[in-house]
Amino acid sequence: MVPDAEFTSYYGRPVVKASPWEADIPAYLFLGGLAGGSSLLAAGADLTGLPRQRRSARLVASAAIGGSLYALVHDLGRPARFHHMLRVAKVTSPMSVGTWILSAYGPFNALATGSELLGFMPGPVRNSRLGRLLGFAGRPGGLIAALIAPAVASYTAVLLTDTATPTWHAAQRELPFVFVGSAAAASGGMGLVAGPLGESGPARNLAVGGAVLELGASRIMQHSMGITAEPLRQGTAGTLHTAATALTAAGAAGAVAGRRSRIASALSGLALTAGSACTRFAIFHAGQASARDPRYTVVPQRERREGRSS
Amino acid sequence: MGRSFFSPGTGDTGTAPFDPARDAGHTDPPPRKGFFTDTSVCIGCKACEVACKEWNAVPEDGIALTGMSYDNTGGLGGSTWRHVAFIEQQLPAPAPDGGRPDTVDLGMPTATLPGADPEHREHADFRWLMESDVCKHCTHAACLDVCPTGALFRTEFGTVVVQDDICNGCGYCVPACPYGVIDRRDGPAGDPAVGLAQKCTLCYDRLSDGMEPACAKACPTQSIQFGDLDELRERAQGRLDMLVESGETTAQLYGHDPDNGVGGTGAFFLLLDEPEVYGLPPDPVVTTKDLPGMWRQAAFAAAALLGGAAAAFIGGKGGRR
Ligand code: SF4
Ligand code: SF4
Ligand code: SF4
Repeated sequence: MVPDAEFTSYYGRPVVKASPWEADIPAYLFLGGLAGGSSLLAAGADLTGLPRQRRSARLVASAAIGGSLYALVHDLGRPARFHHMLRVAKVTSPMSVGTWILSAYGPFNALATGSELLGFMPGPVRNSRLGRLLGFAGRPGGLIAALIAPAVASYTAVLLTDTATPTWHAAQRELPFVFVGSAAAASGGMGLVAGPLGESGPARNLAVGGAVLELGASRIMQHSMGITAEPLRQGTAGTLHTAATALTAAGAAGAVAGRRSRIASALSGLALTAGSACTRFAIFHAGQASARDPRYTVVPQRERREGRSS
Repeated sequence: MGRSFFSPGTGDTGTAPFDPARDAGHTDPPPRKGFFTDTSVCIGCKACEVACKEWNAVPEDGIALTGMSYDNTGGLGGSTWRHVAFIEQQLPAPAPDGGRPDTVDLGMPTATLPGADPEHREHADFRWLMESDVCKHCTHAACLDVCPTGALFRTEFGTVVVQDDICNGCGYCVPACPYGVIDRRDGPAGDPAVGLAQKCTLCYDRLSDGMEPACAKACPTQSIQFGDLDELRERAQGRLDMLVESGETTAQLYGHDPDNGVGGTGAFFLLLDEPEVYGLPPDPVVTTKDLPGMWRQAAFAAAALLGGAAAAFIGGKGGRR
C-alpha cells in the first residue's frame, strides 16, 4: 500500500470539479460498447452463415445504440440543444468526435437491423421496391457498421481520460483496452443469451477473449495508476469493481465450462454482460470520487513538480 | 473550429510569444488582457464577488455558511465567478534566529500602521491568507478544447467565454478544467442559465466598451489588477522581488509562466504560500496535452477488438465447441 502522502488543501475542498454527469453516462458507455461488439458479431455471423446469431446480434446492437443515444441526450443540461453537437467537428473534443462516429455508425446499423426486421413483415411489404432495396442493403450496411463499431466501443475511453479527473486521466494508457475488452465480453455474452446454442461458438470466443482482455488490462491499469487507483477499491466504486471482476471471471469460466448447456450458456452470458456494466459504473464512480478528494489531485501533481525540480 | 490545440514547445526559441487570440483566428487582435491578483494586499472584503454578481446578474448561490471559515461560498462554480478564499494559518512561533518571517499582521486595530510595530510582530503566530480566485483564462484552455458545440470560444482579448445560446449543457468542460473553475449552473429555478456551463467572462462586454472588469474596479486595495498581460507580468515580478527581499520567502508567482502546463494563464497570482493551501492545483496540465497519445491508444484498442472479433470466427466457425 502506498503510504499516506502528506498534503495540504483548502479545508479539504476539491481542487478539480467532478463531472456533473449522472448514471446516464456510464450507461451510455456500456451500451455503446455493447452495440459496437454486437455489430461485429452480427457482421461475422452474416459472413460465416449463422443467420440466427446475425439476427439477434443486429437487434441487440440497435437496441443498445438507441438506448445509448437516449442516455446521452437525457444527460444534457439542455437536451433540446442536442443538435448543437453537429455545429462543429473538433478532434480536440472526444465528445465531438464521438458524436460524429455515432452519426456515421447509426444509419448503417439501422439498415442492417431494418433488413432483419423485414423478415417479420408480411410478403407484400417485403416484396415492395423499398423492401427489396432494404433487404439488399442489409449486408453492406452491417459490414460498414462493423467497420465503424470498434471506434464506437473505444472512443468512450478517451471521453473519460481527456479530463482533469485524476483517476480517469491516469488510466489513459490502458482504459481503451479495458473498454473494448468489456465491450467484447458484453456483446459476446448477449450473443450467448439471445442466439441459439448451435450458432454460439464465435459469440463464446468473443465473450471469453473479451473477458480475459478486460481483466488483464484492468490489472495492468491499476498498477500503473499510482494512488489514483485507490478510489477503484473504495466505496461505491469499490463494490462495483469487485462485482465486475467476479461477474466477468465467473461468466467467462461458465461460458467455457457450460458450452453444451443452453441454460449455463445463457447464465454465463448474462453474468458477462452484467460484469461489463459494472465495470463502466465502477470506473465512472471512481473518477467522481477522485475528483471530490483533493488528495488525488494535489499529491501526484506535487510529486511531478518535485521530480522536475530535483 | 477545433483551434487552439495544445502545441507543445510553443517556446521554439526566437519566435514571438504564443498568442491565443491570433491562434484562434483573430486578425490583428488587441494586446492580450488579463488579471494579476496580488493576494498579499487582499483584505477579504469580497467586494469583487459582489460586483461580479451585480454586473453579470449572477444569482446568489446559497447563503448558508460552510462552517469551516468565514468563507461562505467555498469555491468557484456556476454561480460564483469570483471567489475569495480565507485561510486561517497557525504558524509555528518564530525561531529566535528569525525563523519564518511573519510580515502579515492580523490587522487588529492598533495605534500604528499594521505591522509597523516590531514588538507586535514578534508575537504573531497566526495569519490570515486571502485570495480572490477566478477563471484563469488559460493560454491552452482545456474547457475550450473539449467543448463539442463550440459554445466556448477565444475572444480577441485572448480570454475564454461561454456563449449561452450555444451551450447544450453537456458538462464536458466541467471535469476538463484543471483548475476546477467552470460548472453547470444548477439554480435557482427560472434562471435563464440553469443547466448551462457558466464562468467568468473577464467581463467581455465591459472590455469591448473599453472598460475594466467589474471585480477589478470594485477592489479597494488593488489586489485585483487588470491590464495588458505582458505589463502585468513585469509588475508582478517587481512586487515579488520586493516581498522576498523584505523577508516573505514563501511568496511566489502562480500561473504566470508561459512554459507551465497550460501555456501560462491569463489570470495569475502572487501567493504567500503553496498553491494547494489556497485550493489551487500545484502543477496543472491542460488535459488535451496527452490527447494524441490517448487517441493512439484508442486506435490500438479498436484494432484489437476488430482483430479479436475476426479471430473469434476463425476459431469457432459456426456451431458449438
Ligand atoms: S481555468 Fe478552466 S475554465 Fe478557465 S480557461 Fe482555464 S480551463 Fe477554461
Ligand atoms: S457544457 Fe456547454 S460550454 Fe461546456 S463543453 Fe458542453 S457545450 Fe461546451
Ligand atoms: S472579470 Fe467580470 S465576470 Fe470575471 S470575475 Fe471579474 S466581474 Fe466577474
